[in-house]
Amino acid sequence: MPKAKVTFEDIGQTVNVPAGIRVIEVSEKVGAGIIYGCREGDCGTCMMHVVEGWNNLTEPSVLEEKVLRENMASRHDRLACQAQVIGDCTVKPA
Amino acid sequence: MTMRPTGNMPETAPTQSGDAVEIADGVHWIGALDSALRSFDMILRTANGTTYNAYAVRGAHGVAVIDTVKAEFSGDFFRRLESIADYDEIRFIVLNHLEPDHTGALPELMRRAPNARLIISKRAPAMLKALLKPPGDDNFDYDVADTGDEISLGDRTLGFLHTPFLHWPDTQCSYLVEEQILFSGDVFGCHYCDDRLFNDRVGDFRFSFDYYYAHIMRPFKPHVLDALKLIEPLPLKLIAPTHGPILRDRPRRYVARYRELSTSGDCFEPGAEHRSLIVFYLSAYGSTARMAEAVCAGAESVPGVRVSLYDLEGGEIDPFVDLIEAADALAFGSPTVNGDAVKPVWDLLSSLAVVSLRGKIGAAFGSFGWSGEAVPMIEDRMRGLKMRVPVPGLRVKLIPTDDELAQARDFGSRLALAMTGGGHSPDARGGDAARGERVIDFADLK
Repeated sequence: MPKAKVTFEDIGQTVNVPAGIRVIEVSEKVGAGIIYGCREGDCGTCMMHVVEGWNNLTEPSVLEEKVLRENMASRHDRLACQAQVIGDCTVKPA
Repeated sequence: MTMRPTGNMPETAPTQSGDAVEIADGVHWIGALDSALRSFDMILRTANGTTYNAYAVRGAHGVAVIDTVKAEFSGDFFRRLESIADYDEIRFIVLNHLEPDHTGALPELMRRAPNARLIISKRAPAMLKALLKPPGDDNFDYDVADTGDEISLGDRTLGFLHTPFLHWPDTQCSYLVEEQILFSGDVFGCHYCDDRLFNDRVGDFRFSFDYYYAHIMRPFKPHVLDALKLIEPLPLKLIAPTHGPILRDRPRRYVARYRELSTSGDCFEPGAEHRSLIVFYLSAYGSTARMAEAVCAGAESVPGVRVSLYDLEGGEIDPFVDLIEAADALAFGSPTVNGDAVKPVWDLLSSLAVVSLRGKIGAAFGSFGWSGEAVPMIEDRMRGLKMRVPVPGLRVKLIPTDDELAQARDFGSRLALAMTGGGHSPDARGGDAARGERVIDFADLK
């Protein structure tokens, strides 16, 4: 199975993950500071900033784009409950 | 109407007329008193009720209304607002927090003041739409504010501070520059109803202030500290929160109190440089107690871990919650009684909503007679509380043998290694505690 590395900058922790996993699944287990709410891409609580490897996450869906827009997301912000890891990346709470 | 001391307060309460109450030049309180309330949001006791504070600021070019009240109190709110402003003068409606106790009168206010612009925080739009449920996005208009943004009333300027998660994602504060007034939302608020309204005139509300912090702000301490970085540099003549007394006498005392409450007292403790493991247990016949002692002995064998052992029967919930807040890991030892963990375990595990548990490590162990469900049930609960459970639970049938006690010691040492980053277990602690990047496998996080 393809692997990737996700680094959580706020706690200085890198995790080797199977490609395709959602960031939230890793962040909650490792205890990173990304806060989450509905886990369904609706509330926007789990917004995170992608420090490196923006292109190594799956493209945001139309619905995620809408929630990001409503939450005044900055460039390279994503929802941790929606973004799936397809390559190495570094993230931190937005 | 509430808690008035006898004999020494000859002045008439400023709220008595039902009109707005001036709190500074051209700034009025237009809120409502709810003295009959005894329980707020099912989690807070309110011994003399609460207030829903809303404010109006008049400038040369119109009026800004800051927050509203709970729906049932809309009549009081509109009566007070009408005593100082016409609806067509209202240019802005600022919402520092969207919870229904502050937005109950919003739909009607929007109807009566159609020219007013809604100003909300940048994290609030989705919540506002969920609150108002407009038929379509096209006919719904608002402006979002971030730290540094300002709106002008001609000769007066309202600035904004983005202070999310105090205590909802949408929360913000606003600041009237010329009068040095902070409209702080729920921050610096408390559930305390006194019609004398100002902190230098009301009764002693220190308990209510701390109690409110403990239940509303405490789970969000890092966010409180972020907000204080924005608030502390501001000149402050007055703090106008959305609940409780208006803080005009030495407002900085309340800012300092928030910093004190949000800053861990760990540094005064010997052993603060260690990782802290708290082992709680209950035991009917001494078996789970002996396991607990062995778990502690195993954990203590790992350098850098400080272990505390408590029998849940001998303590009360609140101090245990304080201990848990400061701990890095918790282990619960419970026998299984009729297929369940025992009640004191659930009592404590259902009392933790007031503290942040994210990233803490959890573990469970216990002796059982028939089936031993307690251990996995406690593990599931801890996972539900966003804790990590890196070491599989340990169960022993009835009386532990020497070999089984050795397993309990090993369980304790593996737990301690998970706390210190030893073995394959990750260091889950954030902030200053985690330095340098470590690499672990996702499979080891199970």
